[in-house]
Amino acid sequence: MTYTQLAVLGVVVVVLLDLVVVRTRLLRRRVFWAAYAIIVFFQLVTNAILTGLRIVRYDGAAIVGSSTPAAAPPPFLGDGRIAYAPFEDLLFGFALVVLTLVLWVWLGRRGLQRTPYAGPPRARVPGAETERRP
Amino acid sequence: MSRFAYLAVLAFVVVGSSWLEIALRTRVYARWRRLAVALGPVVAIFCAWDLYAIAAGHWTFDPARTTGVLLPGGLPLDEVLFFVVVPIAGVLTLEAVRSVKRWEVGDEPEGSCVDGVRASDEDAA
Repeated sequence: MTYTQLAVLGVVVVVLLDLVVVRTRLLRRRVFWAAYAIIVFFQLVTNAILTGLRIVRYDGAAIVGSSTPAAAPPPFLGDGRIAYAPFEDLLFGFALVVLTLVLWVWLGRRGLQRTPYAGPPRARVPGAETERRP
Repeated sequence: MSRFAYLAVLAFVVVGSSWLEIALRTRVYARWRRLAVALGPVVAIFCAWDLYAIAAGHWTFDPARTTGVLLPGGLPLDEVLFFVVVPIAGVLTLEAVRSVKRWEVGDEPEGSCVDGVRASDEDAA
């Protein structure tokens, strides 16, 4: 399979994992999309360094765009690239982050170090579940 | 120096995300067991993808700008570290947004309190 095919497959698998298999439903929460907006910006920056400096080079047979040139940086935009990186890298990065966050939330939901929560200590309402240390 | 170019990018990610643990009390590193268990399948799956991509010739690494430490299958150590560093940055970002916005993430216990509102009430609203 090409990188393009694998990257699309990776996205489909993590979307199904989140919405159907473990039903963490992160993709339907604004907290995920707010976090992803920040993450994708930094992914573009780090991918641009890794691919623009040609630390990682791609074979044109595996991606929509052309091979990374031997002696010059790839195009910044166009020829299937966004910020030097093949657009497939965005799908790869999406799959990487969603898989991680789904597992993180799923483990918390199952009680593995659900607490301490992020942020300052939370007020409790009467009758609310009291958190216990595992 | 340039042998550490890839590692420098990873260091940028670590430095750029780790301050959230203190500044916004994300408590991701504090929950290191949960983090480690979550990372296990991620590292395994993405190293497998990487090994396939290397074997199929999808991408190559510049030996002059990576550490040169290769794992079996020609997988650079730099790349394995990428699959640890980037997911941790992702979890830190998610927890940082939760810390600031108090939005529901999905691991709250039934009847728990999110910013003065019970998670279950927020669902109903």
